[in-house]
Amino acid sequence: MTVHNLYIFDRNGTCLHYSEWNRKKQAGISKEEESKLMYGMLFSIRSFVSKMSPLDMKEGFLSFQTSRYKLHYYETPTGIRLVMNTDLSVPNCRDILHQIYSTVYVECVVRNPLCVLGETLQSELFTSRLDTFIRALPFFGVRAA
Amino acid sequence: MAIFSVYVVNKAGGLIYQCDNYVPRTEVEKTFSFPLDVVLKLHDEKVVVSFGQRDGIRVGHAVLAINGVDVSGRCTAEGKDILEYLQEPSHYPLAIRFGRARLTSNEKLMLASMFHSLFAIGSQLSPEVGSSGIEMLETDVFKLHCFQTLTGIKFIVLADPRQSGIDALLRKIYEIYSDFALKNPFYSLEMPIRCELFDQNLKSALEVAEKAGTFGPGS
Repeated sequence: MTVHNLYIFDRNGTCLHYSEWNRKKQAGISKEEESKLMYGMLFSIRSFVSKMSPLDMKEGFLSFQTSRYKLHYYETPTGIRLVMNTDLSVPNCRDILHQIYSTVYVECVVRNPLCVLGETLQSELFTSRLDTFIRALPFFGVRAA
Repeated sequence: MAIFSVYVVNKAGGLIYQCDNYVPRTEVEKTFSFPLDVVLKLHDEKVVVSFGQRDGIRVGHAVLAINGVDVSGRCTAEGKDILEYLQEPSHYPLAIRFGRARLTSNEKLMLASMFHSLFAIGSQLSPEVGSSGIEMLETDVFKLHCFQTLTGIKFIVLADPRQSGIDALLRKIYEIYSDFALKNPFYSLEMPIRCELFDQNLKSALEVAEKAGTFGPGS
């Protein structure tokens, strides 16, 4: 049980924040390229899923998993996208991503007059609060050592 | 619980087989008088609702039939443009049937190759060493399960999120593919599968999987 990394995108595809905890492998491209690829993949998955779906969807895309990791996705109505990669044993993380949005992002970024929306976040308070939040999760860090 | 559809994608990303096992009916028919109170627009050669969601008509639903006659794409059965036809007050009152647009075979081909690339990107962006591509993709109304064989063929099953036993089904489909497509002397590799026995056996495997969820021990 562990958390690998977390991306936050705004609705234009700008990567607002990236942090990683127990990441074993880098993608072999620069961080900027990687976040573009990640956003592009999510964008395509969203349109793929909405075309593929046999019924009308409410929430849309929730998560996907491969043989080694699981990607959890949460999108707010304003288009902020939170993406968290964990290992396979972690159950549905929607509530946790929503909590990150409502208790960390809204509190430290939206309510902070010095944070410019739509640009990479510089706030140290946000980074440290997010780090504390993730490290306190019940499924964080069993393998951390 | 249900299994919605099955796709088989070859190693180049081309769709070589597709079957819709269960298509839920989500159609609403309603009689309208002039002027029309839902806003329609043209999207991907289909007339879809862009505003004015009500009575089961949802944004994104397409116009499927007018006065009980099916439309084809953006034109009515007589070949008139739907948007122009609906602007004419003398045609009212008229009954329009709305629903989720069915995928055309071109769209299915496109979606299959799109998944092929998403699968590859999924493995590239992995934070762990030695990850495969997307094996299971979850949404609130369906789950997509994918099994890639050693030779690179992907079997994709779309099913209800609560449906169990899909992993066994995917391996069963692989078995059926090996038995009835690969062993068929008239089947050429990487080409669309047109084998009657494959169809029949796939259908019965889907039925078994829907009812029982497994194929018993040893399968």
